[in-house]
Amino acid sequence: MSATTMSGEPISATTAAEHGVDLLQGDTGEWELVVGLEVHVELQTRTKMWCGCSTDFGADPNTNVCPVCTGQPGALPVVNEQAVRDATLLGLALNGEIAPICRFHRKNYFYPDLAKNYQISQYDVPLVNDGWLDVEVPTGDGQSVSRRVRIERLHMEEDTGKSLHVGDTGRLHGADRSLIDYNRCGIPLLEIVSRPDIHDADTAQAYLRELQSIVRATGVSDARMEEGSIRCDANVSVRRPGDELGTRTEIKNLNSIRSLGRAIAYEAQRQIGVIEDGGTIVMETRHWDEGRGVTETLRVKESVTDYRYFPDPDLVEITSPAEKVEAIRTLLPELPAASRARLGEAGVTPEQAAAIIATGLLPWFDDAVAAGADGAAAANWLVGDIAGQLSAEGLRIEAAGLTGAHVAELIALIEDGTLSTKLAKQVVAGVIDARGAKGPAQVAEDQGLRQVSDEGELRTIVEQVVAANADTVEAIRGGNDKAIGALVGQVMKETRGQADPRKTNELLREVIG
Amino acid sequence: MALSADEVRHVARLARLALTDAEVEALAPQLSQILAYAEQVGEVAAQDVEPTTHPFALRDVSRPDEPQPSLPREDVLAAAPHAEQDRFGVPRIVSEEG
Amino acid sequence: MVLTRLSAVELAQKLRTKDVSAVEVVEAHLERIAAIDGVVADGDVWRAVPADELTSRDIHAYLHVTAAAAREHAADVDRRRAAGDDLGPLAGVPLALKDVLTMRGAPTTVGSRMLEGWLPPYDATVTERLRAADLVVLGKTNMDEFAMGSSTENSAYGPTRNPWDLGRVPGGSSGGSAAAVAGLMAPLSIGTDTGGSIRQPAALTGIVGAKPTYGTVSRYGLVAFASSLDQAGPFARTVEDAAHLQTLIHGHDPRDSTSITDTPADLLTTLRDGIDGLRIGVVTELQGDGYEPGVRRVFEQALERFERLGAKIVEVSLPHAGYGLPAYYLIAPSEASSNLARFDGVRYGLRVDAPTAEEMNAATRAAGFGPEVKRRIMIGTHALSSGYYDAYYLQASKVRTLIARDFASAFEQADVLVSPTSPTVAFGLGDKTADPLAMYLNDVATVPASLAGTPALSLPAGTAEAPDAPQATLPVGLQIMAPLLRDDLMYRVGWAFESDLGFTPIPAGDTAVEVA
Repeated sequence: MSATTMSGEPISATTAAEHGVDLLQGDTGEWELVVGLEVHVELQTRTKMWCGCSTDFGADPNTNVCPVCTGQPGALPVVNEQAVRDATLLGLALNGEIAPICRFHRKNYFYPDLAKNYQISQYDVPLVNDGWLDVEVPTGDGQSVSRRVRIERLHMEEDTGKSLHVGDTGRLHGADRSLIDYNRCGIPLLEIVSRPDIHDADTAQAYLRELQSIVRATGVSDARMEEGSIRCDANVSVRRPGDELGTRTEIKNLNSIRSLGRAIAYEAQRQIGVIEDGGTIVMETRHWDEGRGVTETLRVKESVTDYRYFPDPDLVEITSPAEKVEAIRTLLPELPAASRARLGEAGVTPEQAAAIIATGLLPWFDDAVAAGADGAAAANWLVGDIAGQLSAEGLRIEAAGLTGAHVAELIALIEDGTLSTKLAKQVVAGVIDARGAKGPAQVAEDQGLRQVSDEGELRTIVEQVVAANADTVEAIRGGNDKAIGALVGQVMKETRGQADPRKTNELLREVIG
Repeated sequence: MALSADEVRHVARLARLALTDAEVEALAPQLSQILAYAEQVGEVAAQDVEPTTHPFALRDVSRPDEPQPSLPREDVLAAAPHAEQDRFGVPRIVSEEG
Repeated sequence: MVLTRLSAVELAQKLRTKDVSAVEVVEAHLERIAAIDGVVADGDVWRAVPADELTSRDIHAYLHVTAAAAREHAADVDRRRAAGDDLGPLAGVPLALKDVLTMRGAPTTVGSRMLEGWLPPYDATVTERLRAADLVVLGKTNMDEFAMGSSTENSAYGPTRNPWDLGRVPGGSSGGSAAAVAGLMAPLSIGTDTGGSIRQPAALTGIVGAKPTYGTVSRYGLVAFASSLDQAGPFARTVEDAAHLQTLIHGHDPRDSTSITDTPADLLTTLRDGIDGLRIGVVTELQGDGYEPGVRRVFEQALERFERLGAKIVEVSLPHAGYGLPAYYLIAPSEASSNLARFDGVRYGLRVDAPTAEEMNAATRAAGFGPEVKRRIMIGTHALSSGYYDAYYLQASKVRTLIARDFASAFEQADVLVSPTSPTVAFGLGDKTADPLAMYLNDVATVPASLAGTPALSLPAGTAEAPDAPQATLPVGLQIMAPLLRDDLMYRVGWAFESDLGFTPIPAGDTAVEVA
């Protein structure tokens, strides 16, 4: 099969050398890895692509269905205008060209979860062409390198239903029958196809992470891999540097960004091994087995796979005149690259900035800074202790009731000496327990969490401790400076941990003399 | 062009039609005859002609993203040859999707 | 007064003046259906007798007769009329619906085993509009399976017979709807036309049938054959009745993306304006060889009549019309191959059990579809497949463009175009079933307007003998084609012709239809 894109032009791939990526070392010499990614994003519109059924996730089986999305005889599709706007917005965020006119095609294949036995998709004229994404790839030393991955196309299509496989294994293989729920059938789906510009697993992961962040920033989808609202398949091949593209395999069942990286690394080595042993790579779809860490043949792509694309006569062309595109462009939010730059200027480290953006905490960060918090401190708290506690509780920040204002309030309480870091963590726990009904100051007050930094009160306690530990005091005076720690501990005990450690240290030294 | 029996079987696979050998034998000449007739379209010089997929060049027909009532599940499942656990049941699926 | 012989407009007048009740009108038609159509007149929904029990006297226009619902609806119309409610112009007039349009409360079979007994969970837009206008649906009519055919012999439930000669076909695919009206079992009916499926049966049964401009009648709930061609339209015994019925069903529908947003033409205001000074174009390519002598003779007489009525006859050419039929027999099967993929034994209709889903699909489709449907699915699948798409589907779609351009330039020289509707009069049952291509040639004159999307109407132009029966008296149809969205013009020309001709569209001399 000749290597061409859907619109028939030859595939142009970048080289590893252009991207400064190391070649892979085989037994017989060096190999270049070539990867292209196909990412599917489920849009978060209120209704499906062609009908007014709800897109709510997790509804009872076959309750969000109608004549259109169950493919009843005579039913007809009508385009969801919001889905087109969302697709255009994401296309612009990916630096793509919006086609002035695009149309829908039917992709014909039989599968029980596809109610019409054809999928309405786009073929020769997709909505978006020729985008690109600059991704920051970590280099392992705390630094990163920027690489550009070109995007061939972004097109609109529809999702399929879900099959429940009934039988011994719960998986397709070994099931004795399957049960179909069409709730998901017809949910708007975008397919984003990269050029084969990726030459290592790290870049693939960074691309997917960046794409996920952009999707979230534009608000068109929550892009959760675990719920399937963003999915990724990888086309992987290897070649000798300078050669034509090798035969590719398509890797499916990549359920996390980590799986993507592992699967690509595994598949590259497998292909090199096959070729070096004198074999050839077969064009096929392979299934990533997360548990065993291997890819396995799912199905050989027969030459008879013939989708018989043709223009869907039930739908008409969609136009995107310049004024419509520019109006949508004004809706573009700040994109992750710009957010990273802005966070950097606010004193946030690149890793923390990436974490804030990737986990969707940017609005909380911005609210905290708007409420007066120092950027670096806000970032520290958000991706540090707050993220840790939320993760331990299995809560999302919105469910925990934590606001950016809470974060700012917390930082102010630390800065004015009311709370120590340790107490502040207890306060965070208290705010989460109250699901945000109480702010940090209220929690501190209710729980009597307050650093003793009043000098008079602390001095009295320090004097008592010094008087009661004459031996230790002697030792300190004798030059054993470390022994002062024991006295600090005593003061902390007396104040139930609420003494300001720095001030305690100062006063102890002063009293001991 | 004349379709061979093997070509007829190939098309039947794409169309997911289980044809008997007798049907294949009967269809091969019929389809060949119809295609030979239809191939007359190739006599028309149409290289630079835009294809028509709609008699009317309508564009940008869409609907607002507003939920409409779905069908009651009983109504949808009522016609199913096999329903189980509120879903449409099918025998074991052998092929992988799309 | 024989109620079943009255036109819809006449019935509406008598209903308005309360000379008759809607219930009486419905009962008169049900009585005739029970007498001549071959139904088991029992229960709420009457069924046609099984194909192997039909006799040569049964017209078999209806597959299901919704007797109870029709009586109930008629009674409701009578109540509301008695209460002084403002009712629609044809309220209480009964009609028959081709079994390709969904309607709750009765099966929709599309003439196929695949959907035997299927109760659709929703109403087609056309069905909704008819109900809203208080037309009383008598039942669902027989058709070629999935509307594929020109004789109604491809129905899985047995053929419909032509009321003019029970040994002959009524045309197709809307043969049931045509025979119901010609056989006085309904004053009106709805058919669908993809390549001629309204016009050709109208011609063969001596009634009026119209294919509206593509996009003016919603396809929502019309079980698709070829989406870019399918269009529902009226059958009636008079041009005026047909214009009234089309008026009730056309207009924009947001559920159909190909539905035209323009307000459709007013079909009634100019109906009686006459044709003095109009230019009537005779299409060079749609006459001559291949048309029966009787058909040609009646057509020549029709042209003379037009001239007498003050019109000017001009010769026009549709240079690519000859490629219409080959293009049609690529485009329509291609779309059908995809549209009919959904019939797989999973969500509705027939299932043939098998160990795997794939085998179940294939076995179900093998058992559920008849030979003609399989042939067209095969042709269409092949025409769209890799390596053939450009030469077949794409090339046919380009020819379609050229045909549409031909029409546009012809309409610069003529206000309407005319041709015989069908090259033949009604042919005998079984005469063409062995030769699929010969059957396809029935559509030679109707397909060009389908490809161009233009409105076209067939009305009776007289009678002629059949080549196999020199003594026979069989109707001949005249096709009038108008520019896009000028459906009003074809009705106006048709009305002028009809009123001058004085044709009585009721078959005579046959005992089966003389029961009334």
